Amino acid sequence: MMLWVLMALLPGILVMCWQFGYGVFFNIVIAVSTALLAEACMLHLRGRPIAPFITDLSVVVTAVLLALSLPTLAPWWIPFIGAIIAVVFAKHLYGGLGYNPFNPAMVAFAVLMVSFPKDMTVWALPSSLQTNELGLANALAVLIDQLPSQELIDGFTAATPLDHMKTRLGLNEVIGEIRTAPLFGSWVVAGWEWVAIAYLCGGVFLIYKKVISWQIPTGLLAGLFSISFLFYLLDPSTSPSPLFHLLGGGTILAAFFIATDPVTASTTNKGRIIYAALIGALIYVIRTWGGYPDGVAFAVILINMAVPLIDHYTQPRVYGHKK
Amino acid sequence: MRLWRFNGGLPSLAEHKNESSHLPIEAAPIPSELVYPLRQHIGNAAKPLVKAGEKVLRGQKIADAHGLISAPIHAASSGVVADISDKLIPHPSGFSAPCITIKTDGLDNAVTPTPLADYRQASIQELIDTVREAGIVGLGGAAFPTAMKLDNQSVVRDIKTLILNGAECEPYISCDDRLLKERAKQVIKGAEILLFMLGAKEAFIAIEDNAPETYQAVQLALKEHANSIIKAAQIPTIYPTGGEKQLIKTLTGKEVPPGDIPANIGIVSINVGTVYAVQQAIEEGLPLTSRIATVTGEGVTTPRNVEVRIGTPINTLIEFCDGYSNTVERLIMGGPMMGFALLNDEIPIVKASNCILVASKQEVITEKKAMPCIRCGLCASACPANLLPQQLYWHSRSDQFDKVEGLNLFDCIECGCCDVVCPSHIPLVQHFRYAKSAIKVKNHEKHQSNVARDRFEARETRLARDKAERAERSRKKKAALKGGSAKEEVAAAIKRSNEKKQQSSAETTK
Repeated sequence: MMLWVLMALLPGILVMCWQFGYGVFFNIVIAVSTALLAEACMLHLRGRPIAPFITDLSVVVTAVLLALSLPTLAPWWIPFIGAIIAVVFAKHLYGGLGYNPFNPAMVAFAVLMVSFPKDMTVWALPSSLQTNELGLANALAVLIDQLPSQELIDGFTAATPLDHMKTRLGLNEVIGEIRTAPLFGSWVVAGWEWVAIAYLCGGVFLIYKKVISWQIPTGLLAGLFSISFLFYLLDPSTSPSPLFHLLGGGTILAAFFIATDPVTASTTNKGRIIYAALIGALIYVIRTWGGYPDGVAFAVILINMAVPLIDHYTQPRVYGHKK
Repeated sequence: MRLWRFNGGLPSLAEHKNESSHLPIEAAPIPSELVYPLRQHIGNAAKPLVKAGEKVLRGQKIADAHGLISAPIHAASSGVVADISDKLIPHPSGFSAPCITIKTDGLDNAVTPTPLADYRQASIQELIDTVREAGIVGLGGAAFPTAMKLDNQSVVRDIKTLILNGAECEPYISCDDRLLKERAKQVIKGAEILLFMLGAKEAFIAIEDNAPETYQAVQLALKEHANSIIKAAQIPTIYPTGGEKQLIKTLTGKEVPPGDIPANIGIVSINVGTVYAVQQAIEEGLPLTSRIATVTGEGVTTPRNVEVRIGTPINTLIEFCDGYSNTVERLIMGGPMMGFALLNDEIPIVKASNCILVASKQEVITEKKAMPCIRCGLCASACPANLLPQQLYWHSRSDQFDKVEGLNLFDCIECGCCDVVCPSHIPLVQHFRYAKSAIKVKNHEKHQSNVARDRFEARETRLARDKAERAERSRKKKAALKGGSAKEEVAAAIKRSNEKKQQSSAETTK
């Protein structure tokens, strides 16, 4: 099951590597190896068998999802600390697999975001926009925290389009002006749009394989789409288009891979739609009026809290019972 | 014909029907010993009518029904009653219970059967009594006394639909399939008798679409019989479509309310094997002494369907099917989904034994180590009762029984669909059975303590009443004495006590 998830992530990972360079790959390697080590240690400390819990690959999925949400040019200790927070604090301290109320990858992301805001907002430019080539050497240099000259860095890093959009809207610029920046490319958001489409392909594959249910991705995308469409209709000059919201940032990854984590999601069919739609709406709220450029992690964590309530009120009608 | 769909179920369960369904039904030989557990039906155990050493004939009643929800038992061959003692019974508990054992004489002498010449001439009560006296119970596995189901006399219900359940949804089992293939005529006759008894307007013989030949055979028999209100209905093969509630939903779109019986929504559903037994009892005058059972699985040499005398030890049956193969691993009574393992092969076939599954190692669902529940919800999408097994599991594990009841645990039919789909291999049904019995015990204890409290309170009020009455009496007495000589009385009493004191002191000085 988890193997299918990893396979479905593969196209997205490859496109990300192509767009944002080696950093993606480094993040994954560091996060996965740290997470595996942390998992083994915790299982040992808790007196649980190690092999069955490692081979079910759920910890690998957590680590990969975390790595994919991190900035592609992060120093090594970002994925390292993140993986430890995810596995030790968000998962095992709550009772391990199946018992954690919050999505471990998103908890780790949120902690990193709050603790290291500077390191967490510097992203590599998509390869087509880099004025100085990033290359393996520079990526490695960033990784070990030996930053090259500022001038060089500026050639291949920038804020994410979401961040950029937010900052500029805050300066009372209108969408038309903002979108002239090269960061947005010719279609939706340069580079990101292809990553999103690759994740979308993997996600649809998972629905087809019945690894995930259709309710969560659909609910999340519908929730985000409808609220962003509403504001776009009201004022297209200060509200980015729904497509920008859907293909920008971590929306697609969240819809198909993060919100669908069964442990922390609602379990009833109706509940899943409500749960996901609320996440979608909250992503919009945080992106638009919140303090952070992207709201996926906080939206997921907040709605995770509402899951027991949603589950309680969305029980299906049992055979023979009246509604 | 319009069909409805119940939630979930398992549409692609490996069927394993062909192993046993291609051979015709054959009669098993008379075993040297017949064993009859006194309780082989839902309700009270039967009361033995014979003693050790007594001679019995085939068809003779050896134990009688005890109360309304109970059924008599008849000897399946002639011989001598060896003893009445505790023996291992076919039950998941592996307990022993009282059984009548008969040493057969091989002569197979029978009681002369007393068939009804024409059931239409008989009163309905007479027909019900015949079914009850024949010891017929549901042969699909539940073993509920059939006469109770058909008794539309004591409580008048408007029965519209009769469902003949030929949907053998459990893998491996094919006894109803063979019965319909070979004896469709008798089953249809039985259906007519039941229609007459219930006054129902329509009848459906439900057959799964994985058995097209059986469906054809029944269609042909129906055509010959020219009865237009009995119809054959082909239904999709989705486990557990043969479950009573699921079958009713599939055929009628109606749902049986929780804790209710189908009759209250105008439906009676009966297994086709039971219908055959009813026909045999009424038109041939034969009590229920044999049944068709499937002997199958990789662990037996020749899987087939056998007409077997009830009470036959399983080892005799296995021998008849050319013995165990060398891959035998476990004996299961019933199907792989809802059946239970047997402790040994000396346990007898009872009325409810529709299948003996001699499973090989591959066939036994390997007990993988259960991993934690990851709340994936596959169990909920597979649950034919539309429950949330994952939530039930969560709460029953932590003994939160009021929550479990709130999630309608008692609507669980224990079909095992959730066990099959669970990616963490959690034995969910076991947890639910545990929770059910724990709740029953708790309710029983609650009832007991209520009774005890009521009794205690009654005692308290009685004591208080007695005390009040005593006080009242002494008050009256005092009032009567007050008339005059109260002081004299007191003086006399003091004198009496002084005398007593002196006497006792004198005795001690002696």
